[in-house]
Amino acid sequence: MPDPKRIRIRGGRVIDPAQRLDAVLDVCLAEKRIVALGESPDFEAEEEIDALGLIVCPGLVDLRVHLREPGQEHKGTIASETAAAAAGGVTTLCVPPDTVPVIDTPAVAELIKVRADQSDRAWVLILGALTRGLAGEHISGMAALAKAGCVGVSNGLRPVQNTLILRRAMEYAANFGLTVFLHPQDPWLSAGGFVHEGLVSTRLGLPGIPVASETVAVARALVLAEQDGVRIHFTLLSAARSVEMIAEAQARGLPVTADVAMHQLHLTELDLLGFNAQCHVSPPLRSTYDRDYLRIGCSSGVVSAICSDHQPHEPSAKLAPFCETAPGISGLETLLPLGLRLVQDGILDIHTLIARLTWQPAQILGQPYGTLRVGSRADVCIFDPNRDWIVNSAQFVSRGHNTPFDGWRLKGRVLHTLMEGKQVFSLER
Amino acid sequence: MTELPLRSANLQIDAKGHLRHLLSIEGLNRAILTEILDTAESFSSVPAQSVKKVPLLRGKTVANLFFEASTRTRATFELAAKRLSADVLTINVPTSSAVKGESLLDTLRNLEAMHIDLFVVRHAESGAAHFIASQVSPHVSVINGGDGRHAHPTQALLDMFTIRRHKRNFSNLCVAIVGDVMHSRVARSQIHALNLLGVGEIRVVAPRTLLPSHIKELGVRVFTQLAEGLRDVDVVMMLRLQKERMESAMLPSGLEFFQVYGLTPEKLALAKPDAIVMHPGPINRGVEMSSEVADGLQSVILQQVTHGIAVRMAIMSLCLGSRAVPSEM
Repeated sequence: MPDPKRIRIRGGRVIDPAQRLDAVLDVCLAEKRIVALGESPDFEAEEEIDALGLIVCPGLVDLRVHLREPGQEHKGTIASETAAAAAGGVTTLCVPPDTVPVIDTPAVAELIKVRADQSDRAWVLILGALTRGLAGEHISGMAALAKAGCVGVSNGLRPVQNTLILRRAMEYAANFGLTVFLHPQDPWLSAGGFVHEGLVSTRLGLPGIPVASETVAVARALVLAEQDGVRIHFTLLSAARSVEMIAEAQARGLPVTADVAMHQLHLTELDLLGFNAQCHVSPPLRSTYDRDYLRIGCSSGVVSAICSDHQPHEPSAKLAPFCETAPGISGLETLLPLGLRLVQDGILDIHTLIARLTWQPAQILGQPYGTLRVGSRADVCIFDPNRDWIVNSAQFVSRGHNTPFDGWRLKGRVLHTLMEGKQVFSLER
Repeated sequence: MTELPLRSANLQIDAKGHLRHLLSIEGLNRAILTEILDTAESFSSVPAQSVKKVPLLRGKTVANLFFEASTRTRATFELAAKRLSADVLTINVPTSSAVKGESLLDTLRNLEAMHIDLFVVRHAESGAAHFIASQVSPHVSVINGGDGRHAHPTQALLDMFTIRRHKRNFSNLCVAIVGDVMHSRVARSQIHALNLLGVGEIRVVAPRTLLPSHIKELGVRVFTQLAEGLRDVDVVMMLRLQKERMESAMLPSGLEFFQVYGLTPEKLALAKPDAIVMHPGPINRGVEMSSEVADGLQSVILQQVTHGIAVRMAIMSLCLGSRAVPSEM
C-alpha cells in the first residue's frame, strides 16, 4: 500500500475523552501520526475529508473480537473480520485465545499477527492462554507469549476450576505485566445451563444458569486478587450483583476493571421468548434489572469498557433447537450505533460512551491507543450521529450475519475509518 | 426488543384466529382450548362404532417424528391419525442420526420433500417444535408431542378433558401437581391450561430441588410438604420422576422421594373424598405412587390414555382445518 497521504479532517466535532476534548476542530494526519489539532495554516493537505456535522473520535478499541482464524474459517477469517472491524470504526481489537489451536504457543500468536498484517484493516492484539490448552491444569508459557507480543492472558470462556491453579496463573502473569482477563463463571453452577435462571427459563423450560454462577467466580477472583496484589480484568459481566461487588473492590483500591458486551446493555431474557436463537449468548442475557444495573455500571465507570464480543457464525449454527445453537452475535458493525442509542436514550453521555469505546479499553490493555493526542497513531473514526439506518445483516461486511438486531432502526453510522492515516473503510454518502 | 414483531408469539394461530400449529398451551386462549375439548368430545364415540374411522383426513399424510423414545404418546397419535383416515408414517429418529451428522433441519427438509401435511414432533430439546414450525412451508402443520422441559400440550389437553369428564366446572377446583416440576414439560403445560380454563387454585408440590426458580410467577401456590399440598384438593396430578434424577444432586434416592412425596392411600385421604388421581405415565410404582393408589378407585390414569386418542384426533383435525364435525356422529 502506498504511503498514506497528508490528510486534513475538516470541521468535525472532535471528541477525545483522553484529553477531555470536545470542540469543532480540524485534525491533521501525516506520516501515520496525528500532527495537529485545530487551525494549522501551514499544514499542506493532499486530501481533505469534510467532517462538517460529523463526529471525529479515536478509532475504537474493542477488547473482545473472535476472528475465528485459525481453525474456524467457515465462520470468519482474519481478513473478513478485520474488514468488519473497519466498517464498525474499530481500529484496534483484542482476540481471545480460544482459537483452534489455542493461542498457548508463540507460533499461533505469530500466525495471527502475520495474517493481520496482510489484511491490514485493523490492529490485532492478542490474549494468550492463561493455562495450557485452556485446560486449567498447567500454567501456560507466559514469558514466551509475552515475548511474542501477547498483551494479556485469558482462559477464554472456560473457567479455571482449580482455585490453586488460578491463583498461581494470576501470580505468574503478574511477573510479565500481563493483564489477566477473566470470564467469571463457576463451572458447576453453570453446568448444563444455557439461559439466565429466571422467569423465562422457567417458562420455556430451558436449563438455567443462575446469577450465582457469575458472582461466585467474581468473589473467588477478587479474594485472590486482594490477597496476592494482582491486577485482574473481568470480561463480559452479565449480573447486577457482579457490578456491585467490583464497585466495592474498586472503592477499596483493588486494581480491578471490568467490561461488558454491548448487547448486554440492550437485551434481556425477555428477548428469548419464542426461542430466539439469535439471542443465545454466553454469558446469558439476564433480567431487566441486571441490564439496567450494567448500564449504571457503565455510566458510573465501574465498568470502564464496552466490547462487541463479536462472534460470527455460519447461518446453520443458529438453525436448530435453542440449546443446540452456537452462542454469540456478530457485533462489530452495530457496536457504535448501539452505543449511540444509549446516548439518545439518556443512559450515557456521548463523552462517556466514547471513553468506554476508546481510551479506557486501551488503558485496560496498557496500550497508548484510543486518543487523538498530537503524536499519537493516526487511528480515527468519523461518524454521522444523525444518520438513520435499519440494520440489515445481509449487508454486513462480517462473514457472520447472526444478529438479534436485524431490523432495528438505529441512528448514527460510521462513515470513515482511518488506520495509521489510511482509509480502511469509507461508506458511500 | 420493541423493534421487531414478536416472531413466534402467534406462530400457533393463523390470521383468522384458527389453530395452525399446536406448540404450547401458552399463547392459546380459552376459546381454542374449549373448542379442542368439545371437538374431542364429539370424537370420543368413534371407537364405539363398528367402523372405528371417520374420513376427515382422508388423503392427508401425517408423520410422527420421534427423536425421543415414547410408547403411549406415539401409539395414541398413530391411532388418532388412522381413525381420521390419514396415512401415517412413524419415524423413530434414533439419537445416532445426530452422530451421523444430519441436522434436524436436514431431516425435516427431506421429509417435507415427501409432501407431509402434518408433523407430530417429540424431541429432547426445549423449543424443537417451535423451531420446526418456524421452518416448515405455509401449508404444513406441526403438533408438539413433547419438547425437552418446555411443553407437552396434547398431554395437558387430554388431562383437561379427563378433569372435565369428572368435574364439569373448572372454576371451583383445587388442583395439586406433585413431583418433579423442574424437568417436567407436562407440568408447565398443565399449569397454563388450568390457568386458561380458570381453575380456582393450582398448587405445585415438590422439594425445592425440583422446583424451577420462578414457578410462582406462572400462577401457582408452592408447597414443599405433600400433606399440606394435598389438603382438600379435587384433583391430584402426579408427575413422572426420571430415573436419572433419583440419585443426583437433586435427590438422595427414589426411596426417600417416595417416603416424602410418594402418593399413598393415607396421604390421598387428605384430599377431598371424591378427588381423582392422574399420572401422564409411565408410572414408577413405589416412587411416585403406591400400587394401591395407581390401581385404586380414585385413579383415572387409564382413562387419560383412552381420552388421549380423541383429544389428539381433535387437535389434528383442527390443525388441518377440517373443523366440520362429521354428520354420521
